[in-house]
Amino acid sequence: MNQTKKQFWNRKKLIVLLVVISAAYLLTALFWGLFMDPSLYGVHYENKLLSPSASHLFGTDAMGRDMFYRCVKGLSNSLVIGLIASAISSVVALVFGVLSAVFGGWLDRFVKLAVDLCMGLPHLVLLILISCLMGKGAFGVMTAVSLTHWPSLTRIVREEVLSLRQSQYVSASAKMGHSKSWIAFHHMIPHILPSYLIGLILLFPHAIMHEASVTFLGFGLSKETPAIGVILSESMNYITTGKWWMAVFPGIMLLIVVILFDVIGDNLKKLWNPGSGNE
Amino acid sequence: MQLKADHVSFRYNQADQWILKDVSLEFHEGERVGIVGPSGYGKSTLSKILAGYENPSEGRVLLDEAPLPMKGFCPVQMIYQHPELSVNPRWKMKKTLTECWEPPQELLDRIGIETAWFTRWPAELSGGELQRFCIARVLSPETKFLICDEITTMLDVITQAQIWQTLTGIAQERNMGMIVITHNMALAEKVCTRIVDLRTVNHIEPSE
Amino acid sequence: MILDINDLVVSFSMYQKNGFQKGNLEVIHKLSLSVDRGEIVAVVGSSGSGKSILAHAVLNLLPKNASTSGTISYKDELLTEKRLNGILGREIAFIPQSVDYLDPVMKVGKQVIGVFGTRQRQRELFQQYHLPQNTENKYPFQLSGGMARRILISGAMMGDPDLIIADEPTPGLDTAMAMETLKEFRRMADHGAAVLLITHDIDLALNVADRVSVFYAGTIVETAPTQDFLAGKDALRHPYSKAFIDALPQNDFRPISGTQPYAGNLPSGCLFADRCHLRDDSCAGDQKEREVRGGKVRCIHAT
Repeated sequence: MNQTKKQFWNRKKLIVLLVVISAAYLLTALFWGLFMDPSLYGVHYENKLLSPSASHLFGTDAMGRDMFYRCVKGLSNSLVIGLIASAISSVVALVFGVLSAVFGGWLDRFVKLAVDLCMGLPHLVLLILISCLMGKGAFGVMTAVSLTHWPSLTRIVREEVLSLRQSQYVSASAKMGHSKSWIAFHHMIPHILPSYLIGLILLFPHAIMHEASVTFLGFGLSKETPAIGVILSESMNYITTGKWWMAVFPGIMLLIVVILFDVIGDNLKKLWNPGSGNE
Repeated sequence: MQLKADHVSFRYNQADQWILKDVSLEFHEGERVGIVGPSGYGKSTLSKILAGYENPSEGRVLLDEAPLPMKGFCPVQMIYQHPELSVNPRWKMKKTLTECWEPPQELLDRIGIETAWFTRWPAELSGGELQRFCIARVLSPETKFLICDEITTMLDVITQAQIWQTLTGIAQERNMGMIVITHNMALAEKVCTRIVDLRTVNHIEPSE
Repeated sequence: MILDINDLVVSFSMYQKNGFQKGNLEVIHKLSLSVDRGEIVAVVGSSGSGKSILAHAVLNLLPKNASTSGTISYKDELLTEKRLNGILGREIAFIPQSVDYLDPVMKVGKQVIGVFGTRQRQRELFQQYHLPQNTENKYPFQLSGGMARRILISGAMMGDPDLIIADEPTPGLDTAMAMETLKEFRRMADHGAAVLLITHDIDLALNVADRVSVFYAGTIVETAPTQDFLAGKDALRHPYSKAFIDALPQNDFRPISGTQPYAGNLPSGCLFADRCHLRDDSCAGDQKEREVRGGKVRCIHAT
C-alpha cells in the first residue's frame, strides 16, 4: 500500500528545470565564444605562466594567453564542429534508415553492412584515417566525425520505421487511399521524431569528445586554433613542471559539456517515454 | 457488386504449412456473411486476403471480376479486433476520424460518437469508444464491402449489441456487403444472413 | 475466506493535459470481493475497464505512480507486502494475461519449475497440458501463442496453490484446450483452492464459475451465484446486470444506450445512473453494498 503525496516538484518539472539549465550553459559557451574579442585570448608575454587568480580565473599559459577565455573559445569551436557534424550525421542516418526500412532487399543489406563495419572498427582509427585523408584542420575533423557517427542513429530510425510499417494503422491508411509520402509525412515522421531528436542530442557529446581526441593526438585542428584538444596536448608539456591549471580546467570544462548533453538526452527520453512519464 | 475468393491458398513461405488451401467463396452486396470456425482455420488470414492486406500465394481475389485496386480508396474495407492498435497513438481522435472522409453528424450520432471525444488522445478512450471511431472512419459511401474481424470480441456485451445493431442497419440501407468473422456462433446467427463454416471450405490438414 | 477485498480504491497520479500538474485518476472505486475455499469466482467486464488492475493490486504489481486504499486480506489476515513475498508462487499463483511475462532467455522447463518446483511435477504438468516432452528445453520465442499460455498455466499449477488468480487465461487456446484449463481450475477448487478468474468472456465464466461478479466502470456492481445468470435477467438484481443479459447475442441482443463513463469523468454516486431507467435523486448518494436474495449488489433500487 503506497500513498503518493502531492508534491510541487514532481519529476516533470525537475527534468524541465535541469534541461533548461544545461541548455543555458551550453548556449552561453557557444555564443560567448563565437562573438568573443580575439584580444582576450591573445598573446601577452608579460603574463606568462601565471597560476589562477581573480584576473586570470584559469591562469595563463607559456605565451601569456588567458586560459579561461581560451577555454570558452575552444569549447565554442568544439560545439560548432559538434553541431555541424551531428547535423550531417543525422541527415545521413535519417536517409539511410528510412531507405533501408522502406525498400529492403539489397539496399537494406548494404546499409546493415555499412553500419556493422563502422561500429566494428575502433572509432578513433577511422577518425584519424578520414581526418588525415581530408587534409586535417577543421574540415578534416568535421568530415571524419560526420562520417563515423551515423550508424547508431541509423539503426534507431530503421527499426522504428520497420515496426511502423507493420502497424495496423499504417496499412489501414494505405487502404484508405493515402499515398506513401502522405503516410510517411503524417504517420511516420511524427512517430520517429522524438527518438530521432534524442538520438541526435546523445550524438553531440560523442562528436565533441572525438573531435577533442583527434585534435589532441595531432590529427585534427591546427595548433593555432583555440580548441580544447590543442590546449590539452600543449598542457602536457608543462604538467610535469607543476603547471596543473593548464590541464585541469580545460579538462573539467570538456567533461561538464559532455555530461550536460547526456543529462539533457536521457531526461528528455524519460519525458517522452509514456511508460515512465507518469512515475 | 460481388467479392470473390477464387481458389485462394496461402502460406507465409514455401517451408510452412498451408494456412488456407483452395478456398473459394462469393459474397454479394446486401449480404451479411458470417465466417465461423475454430482457431487455426485461418479466419483472420482470410479476412486480410479479402481486404487486400495480404496477397494469396495461389488464386485470386476479385471485385466484380477485377483485381482489388492497389491505389486510391479501396471499396473493401476492414475493421480489426484491437481498435487501440489500429489508430495512431499520436493523433487526436478528430484526425483519426477524418483520415479519409468527413463523416456527417447524423452518422456520428447513430454510431454513438460524442463530439467531446474529438480532442482526446486514443489512450484516454475505452476500446468500445475507439472501435466506434474505427467504424465511422471507413463507412464512407465508397465502401461496398466491410470486413469485420472479431470486432466486438474485446468489448463489453452492451457495446457489442449497440455496434452490431447500428452496423446491420447501415448495411441494409446502403445495400453494403458485410463479412463477419467471429468465433461466437450466437452472434453470427443474430447478425448474418448466411453463415459459412471455414472447416467446409478450407481444405487444409489441421495441425495438432 | 481465502481472499477478501474490501472497499479497494486504486488511483494513478498522472500529468494533466499538456500541463505540469499531477492529478489523480481513480480507476478502481470501492470494490469489494471475496473468494472462499473450493470456489471459483469470475470477474466479468470489458477489456480495458481495469480488471487487470484488480489482480495487480492484490499481487502488488501496480506501477509506482499508483496509490491504493481499502483492505486486502488473505486467510483472514491482512496481506502485506512482506507476507505476500513469502507466499507468492507457493500459496498464491498468478496466471498473467500476457505471454510477455515469460523470461525470453530462460528455457521454459526451468521457468515452470521456478524456485519451489521439481522436474518430475513439471513433466506431469506438461503431459497434462499436451505439451510435447521436448518443450521443456525450448525458449519462449520458439513456442506458439497457445503453447506459451499453457506454459504460464503449468507454472501456476506447480506449487499446489491455495489461491489462483487467472487474468484472461484462455485467449489463444482452442475450445478443447480452454475447456481443459477450466476443468483444471475446477479440479483445483474441488481440492480446496480458491480461484479468481478475470475474464471478458461471460460464456466462459458461466461455464465454470460458482459465482460471477459483474465489473462496470471500475467497480463490481453485482456478485451473484452463476445459476442466477443462467436463469435470466429476472433472477438478477442490478439494472446493469439485467441489461447485460439482454444484450447477449444468445438472448435478445438488445442494447441499452450510452457508454461506460471515462475514469477521469465519473458521476458521483452510482456509476450506472446515467444509463439507468430506475434513476432518481437517491442515486446521487454513495452506493453501499447490499445483500439481496443471496447476492451482493451496489444499487439502492435492487430487489
